[in-house]
Amino acid sequence: MTPLAGYLLVAALVFAIGLAGALTRRNAILVLIGIELMLNAANLNLIAFWRYGPHPEALTGVMFAVFSIAVAAAEAAVGLGLVISIYRHARTTDLDKMNRMKG
Amino acid sequence: MTIVFWILAALTVAGGLAAVTLRNTVHCALAVTAAFAGLALLFLQLDAQFAGFAQILVYIGAVAILVVFAILLTRGSETAEHGVFSRTWLAGLCIAAAVFAVLGWAVLRSVNAIPQQAAAPVVSVKDIGNALMSRYVLPLEIVALLLTAALVGAVMVAMHEKGEAK
Repeated sequence: MTPLAGYLLVAALVFAIGLAGALTRRNAILVLIGIELMLNAANLNLIAFWRYGPHPEALTGVMFAVFSIAVAAAEAAVGLGLVISIYRHARTTDLDKMNRMKG
Repeated sequence: MTIVFWILAALTVAGGLAAVTLRNTVHCALAVTAAFAGLALLFLQLDAQFAGFAQILVYIGAVAILVVFAILLTRGSETAEHGVFSRTWLAGLCIAAAVFAVLGWAVLRSVNAIPQQAAAPVVSVKDIGNALMSRYVLPLEIVALLLTAALVGAVMVAMHEKGEAK
């Protein structure tokens, strides 16, 4: 197995774990954690392709990953703010209990 | 494939698995921090020093702390009387397994087609700074605007509304 394939497999595994967490957990914060894991797996793919790709001096993969980290930070801040707001309103973070659009 | 890679991969995958399976949410936050650290070390292993340290600063320094704060602020919801997994957990697990199967199949099938450059790229942080200030200056400004708007928006969403009972 080549090194790049190893990194891609690890990234695929982390992505699947994050997807499983986002789809199976009840707690909204843990769903957000699963989404963060998926974003990180995508970043690992970008960096691995940059490292083993033909033109590493163009810096495309690293730049993409750095911007992706920044966007993920913004996403985490807004997501956790929404969770806290919903908790204050409904007194729960259990997603199975949040079944109404109307407050 | 060095032994270091396998250790870091095992740390990352174990952290991720613990984060989605443990019952206690604070333990989940700690496990996901370990997974973020493993990913940062994998970035360093891939000669992407800037991205690795950015990962440590942003994820371990900020996102993990934010997650712990959110967990502690929503502490009353800890009871979990019906278990920690949702009603449709089996379907979710099947979807995740199918996604991993497809991704793994695609990677293993194309293992001869993907590039395998051996020499480590020589890229300093100065090069990255120059690129950020020249070719990528517009995305940089857009990300700065996005971060400002998102953080102001997060504060607005999480703030107490006037007259609302606590």
